[in-house]
Amino acid sequence: MSKKVLGSIIVILIIAVGFYYQFQLSEDNKVKKVGFIYVGPVTDFGWTYEHDQGRKAVVEAFGETVETTYAESVSEGPDAERAITQMARDHDLIFTTSFGYMNPTIKVAKKFKKVKFEHATGYQRADNVATYAARFYEGRHLIGLIAGGMTQTNTIGYIASFPIPEVIRGINAAYLAATSVNPTVEFKIVWVYTWFDPGKEADAAKALIDQGADIIMQHTDSAAAMTIAEEEGIYAFGQASDMIQFGPNAQLTAIIDDWAPYYVERTQALFDKTWESGDTWGGMPTGMVKLADISDDVPKVVVNLVNEAREGILSGDIHPFTGPINKQDGTAWLAEGEVASDGDLLGMDFYVEGVNGVIPN
Amino acid sequence: MDLLIAIFQGIIIASTPLVLAAVGELVVEKSGVLNLGVEGMMIVGAVTSFIITYETGSHFLGLTAAIISAGLVASLFGLLTQYLLSNQVATGLALTLFGLGLASLIGQTYSGISLDTFPILDVYLLTEIPIIGSLLFNFDYLVYLSIIIVVSVYYFLNKTKFGLVLTAIGDNHDSAHSLGYSVKMVRLFAIIFGGSCAGLGGAYLSLVQTPMWVENMTAGRGWIALAIVVFSVWRPLWVLVGAYVFGGITIIQLHVQAFGVNIGAQYMSMMPYLVTIVVLVFISMNKNRLAVNAPNCLNRLFTSDL
Amino acid sequence: MFKLQKKEIIDQSSLYTVPLIAIGCSLIFVFILFLLIGKNPILAIFIIFIEPLLSIFGLSELIVKSTPLIIIALGLSIGFRAGVWNIGAEGQYTIGALFGGAAILAFYPNNGIWILPLSFFIAIVGGILWGMIPAFFKARFNTNEILVSLMLTYVATLLLSGMVYGPLKNPDGFNFPESRLFHDSGTLPIIFPGTRAHIGFLIAIILVGLMYYLLKKHKFGYHVRVSGESPRALVFSGRSTNYMVYLSFIISGAFAGLAGVIEVSGPVGQLVPAIPVGYGFTAIIVAFLGRLNPLGIFFAGFLLALTYIGGEAAQIRLGLPNAITGVFQGVLLFSLLAAEAFTNYTISLKKIRGNI
Repeated sequence: MSKKVLGSIIVILIIAVGFYYQFQLSEDNKVKKVGFIYVGPVTDFGWTYEHDQGRKAVVEAFGETVETTYAESVSEGPDAERAITQMARDHDLIFTTSFGYMNPTIKVAKKFKKVKFEHATGYQRADNVATYAARFYEGRHLIGLIAGGMTQTNTIGYIASFPIPEVIRGINAAYLAATSVNPTVEFKIVWVYTWFDPGKEADAAKALIDQGADIIMQHTDSAAAMTIAEEEGIYAFGQASDMIQFGPNAQLTAIIDDWAPYYVERTQALFDKTWESGDTWGGMPTGMVKLADISDDVPKVVVNLVNEAREGILSGDIHPFTGPINKQDGTAWLAEGEVASDGDLLGMDFYVEGVNGVIPN
Repeated sequence: MDLLIAIFQGIIIASTPLVLAAVGELVVEKSGVLNLGVEGMMIVGAVTSFIITYETGSHFLGLTAAIISAGLVASLFGLLTQYLLSNQVATGLALTLFGLGLASLIGQTYSGISLDTFPILDVYLLTEIPIIGSLLFNFDYLVYLSIIIVVSVYYFLNKTKFGLVLTAIGDNHDSAHSLGYSVKMVRLFAIIFGGSCAGLGGAYLSLVQTPMWVENMTAGRGWIALAIVVFSVWRPLWVLVGAYVFGGITIIQLHVQAFGVNIGAQYMSMMPYLVTIVVLVFISMNKNRLAVNAPNCLNRLFTSDL
Repeated sequence: MFKLQKKEIIDQSSLYTVPLIAIGCSLIFVFILFLLIGKNPILAIFIIFIEPLLSIFGLSELIVKSTPLIIIALGLSIGFRAGVWNIGAEGQYTIGALFGGAAILAFYPNNGIWILPLSFFIAIVGGILWGMIPAFFKARFNTNEILVSLMLTYVATLLLSGMVYGPLKNPDGFNFPESRLFHDSGTLPIIFPGTRAHIGFLIAIILVGLMYYLLKKHKFGYHVRVSGESPRALVFSGRSTNYMVYLSFIISGAFAGLAGVIEVSGPVGQLVPAIPVGYGFTAIIVAFLGRLNPLGIFFAGFLLALTYIGGEAAQIRLGLPNAITGVFQGVLLFSLLAAEAFTNYTISLKKIRGNI
């Protein structure tokens, strides 16, 4: 009997003290709460890591007036809607940072009209749901130029994750840029069907190197390929974040996703009560896509070429997808001087002419 | 020719963590215990070896840490299943869950760090021999260690008294017990050995294959190790074959893709699993061979000891 | 060392007190863990274990999360009692989701109350078929069912992703790997308006009752018990051992397939590659935590769902790392599994003997 009494006392104590602390937690209303839902761990040094850097930038910019929270490794299945709802109950602004959160975000937004939502890389919006994404293909264009200018074997290895438009767009952009400086360049593409499996990414990098690639590009999240490139003494490009610590000699440059300016801007809009739904497809001009420092190994000529192209993209004079471009099967896609529409880019499901291989299905 | 050598090297490197984890699990299963926690033990080995190597600068200490830490979590499994008679399947799954969580917890501040390359065997002259040199004498030390472990396990199980006792216990724990052998102690040793091997396999991932630490970096290899044990029909030397077949399918499928051949990567990725099933069925059709090697008491509770 | 002796009669009260003590032990463990990483332990424990029970939202989400766990675990418990090891419920669950979801999509945009029952039926058939593969090989060649069913899980996951990237892709979805959202006739009704709690939970409760009845009162329960204790005795009772193998896989496959279609037509509402999130594996743990007893499984399913939901809340509110949830679940399971020993056996200290 005494055990039961003791047990009940402990439970009641925990509940009482818990309530007490919880009331201390519930803060005054002047503080804005901004939440982030991540698909991977914040320590992945890739996609999620960069989003978390953006969150930290928000903390830095607004200090005591905001409180940020996050939930990491949230599966894109049934758990996503719950995690988002959990946040929506007491947050003002929520960023859901993976494509798979699209429908859950829309569903939760219907129930919480006063909360603002921002969904990354999706295409569905509502009055309180904005979407944002980055034109990574602009970065791919630049690294394509470097790869084309630097390859000795004329073979570029490309580690691709899943055959979605985003990835296919990246392949095409890099390929077009690389062949523009070196028409004999060939791309070897390997689909690994994972965003994140360091071992498999490393195997893929090795296979590509063995088949003659002397530069590796990747559209997967880990730094595994970079470590292999460093080991084998060849070059590679960082993905999503600066991976220089994994390849001090190997990294030519990295495409960096810089979400900080956007996150700060949207949080500011929340304070100013000017927040509106809309679609932001930022790129290099808005600072959402950046390049890391270009390696000293890259010849001056190529660096100049890259800088020129970067200027062009920043000023809007250059679009990586400017005609004439044919599709892989030879049919015309863009006429001379024609620029690809955003709609075409968003749903891209074909290789451009010259790319070897078939998009798996 | 160079490409073939490179493919061969790629297969060996991709397979070595599987060899290590599978040969450990083989000993465990031979003693009549099924430990489904290989994945958890591997990841614990991966994270501790990385941390210790980074902090001390010594690969040797890192490997030692992997052996000890994975052995420790395995002994937890051993105590629960052998002495507290918990269900092996459930305990193994719990071990996987626990190991994955524990590893990400203690590894949190160690992501984003890179290690020095693991030393590679370079025997004067031998490595220089054309073809054979690169085929046989040009790997990291762990590759040779993995083969040594496999051969030792083979010798141990078939030629030593202790090994025969272990096999006997796996085949019929009641009669082994009545002969006076301590079933539980032997099994506990086997479980700890299996854990240490899995830990080494994990260390191979974080020290050799990709010298870095990230959460969930084992990505299901522990489960493949389980399949390899069955694939090998519980014969140590066949673990090598099994692991190289598994690693081989992965590597060759990447090479085929790089040649520009469309093979439907998704369906190709199913191949190792389907092949395992076919092999499993195939070996079990041959009743004699299975009867000779498969431990009869696998996953069966042993209560009457001590 | 110590000695375990099977209790002749299990003390009924220990059935409840021992798990509670195990939960207490793991709470003490996490208490220390929270202290070590510098978080307020009482607040953390409150947020994880108490708070979800105090709101409609928390309760409804508990219902949503525990439904598939309970249903799959119920199906598995039959096989586990009988000594048939289906580790691949995750695969059967995935196939159920795929078959059921494909059926719902096939009828888009037709309406009718027959669409859901039909797709449920198809999903169950899918789950059974997937479960029949290891069952057939086990029965025919004595192939290890643990490994075959496990391998088939990976195949099922890849098959689902192949379908979602291919034929089942939303035609208006910019080539993203998702099916279209199910229309209303393909979505489960909600029990409590404003929440996600769907009638799948009622199905789970009915199944708990059904299982309880079958195991306690029906001849079926007798066969299951006999088979687990001694396969030969089953033969004497007039059934072949293969009968139990097939039956176990049919039941667990059917239940897992059902859970799959409930999940896609309920909380998810479409087919996505991330449907398999490990419910099939977690359900194995649920089955054992619940001691393979239908009522026990019901509570175990709730407890595990609670750790997921509470862990997530603690992550958001207190910035606890996600890994804590996994560690805690592991410790909880270890202590509960260890606690089993104290309910089923009497323990006494004893000196070691033996040759080795």
